[in-house]
Amino acid sequence: MAELNINERQAGDVTILDMSGKITIGEGSVALRTAIRRLLEEGKKRILLNLAQVSYIDSSGIGELVSSYTAIGKEGGQLKLLKLTQKLQDLLTITKLLTVFDVYENEADALNSFK
Amino acid sequence: MTVETTELTLPSRIDTVATAAAAVADFVGRSGISDDAAFGIDMAVREAVTNAVLHGNRQDEGKVVEIILKSSPDAVEISVHDQGPGFNPAEVPDPTAQENILKTSGRGIFFMRSFMDEVDWSIRPGGGTTVRMLKRR
Repeated sequence: MAELNINERQAGDVTILDMSGKITIGEGSVALRTAIRRLLEEGKKRILLNLAQVSYIDSSGIGELVSSYTAIGKEGGQLKLLKLTQKLQDLLTITKLLTVFDVYENEADALNSFK
Repeated sequence: MTVETTELTLPSRIDTVATAAAAVADFVGRSGISDDAAFGIDMAVREAVTNAVLHGNRQDEGKVVEIILKSSPDAVEISVHDQGPGFNPAEVPDPTAQENILKTSGRGIFFMRSFMDEVDWSIRPGGGTTVRMLKRR
């Protein structure tokens, strides 16, 4: 079983990536990077990462979230986060990244924020 | 509560991080430490082993990462040795400084210090770096 599974959905012009597993150094981080690059190549620049089922993330995974955020921003797009676990919220708090990312608890609210 | 010591010698590959984390989780599970503390130890060990493999041994498979786990009534102590050129932790920038927040790397040592009660580095006489991390019960 893959370390990180990513399922893609489309809601209007927003692409939702439902992620489950671990975003850690190696396979998990690479899977996220590959998915974001592919979406940008396809011209999909409004991206919502659903992290509800992400059980674990390390500093490499957090670096990949930052890298995704800046790469999408450079293309004039937006990356937003949905349903952080308490552990991930704690990690983003201590790294001060919670002030950087746009984070939502509710998918409808997150989708509306792109409008 | 007995004192237990375990030593692991692992290759300098990225998959060693998961191997080490699994072994440490098993060790920590036997030590009877709290779930919150176990989570922090897991985070710190993954970061320490990542640093040993990537920055210490630079994924040179001719070099190994050694891990020593000690459990006592007071604490769990983990030491991670690499065979790299060494580094000065004081020179690692603060990842929470405004100018570093959007950097894509440089948070590993910060996590180790955040989740463990003591973290220190030393240079081994024969070369290489040892990071020692302690979590009190």
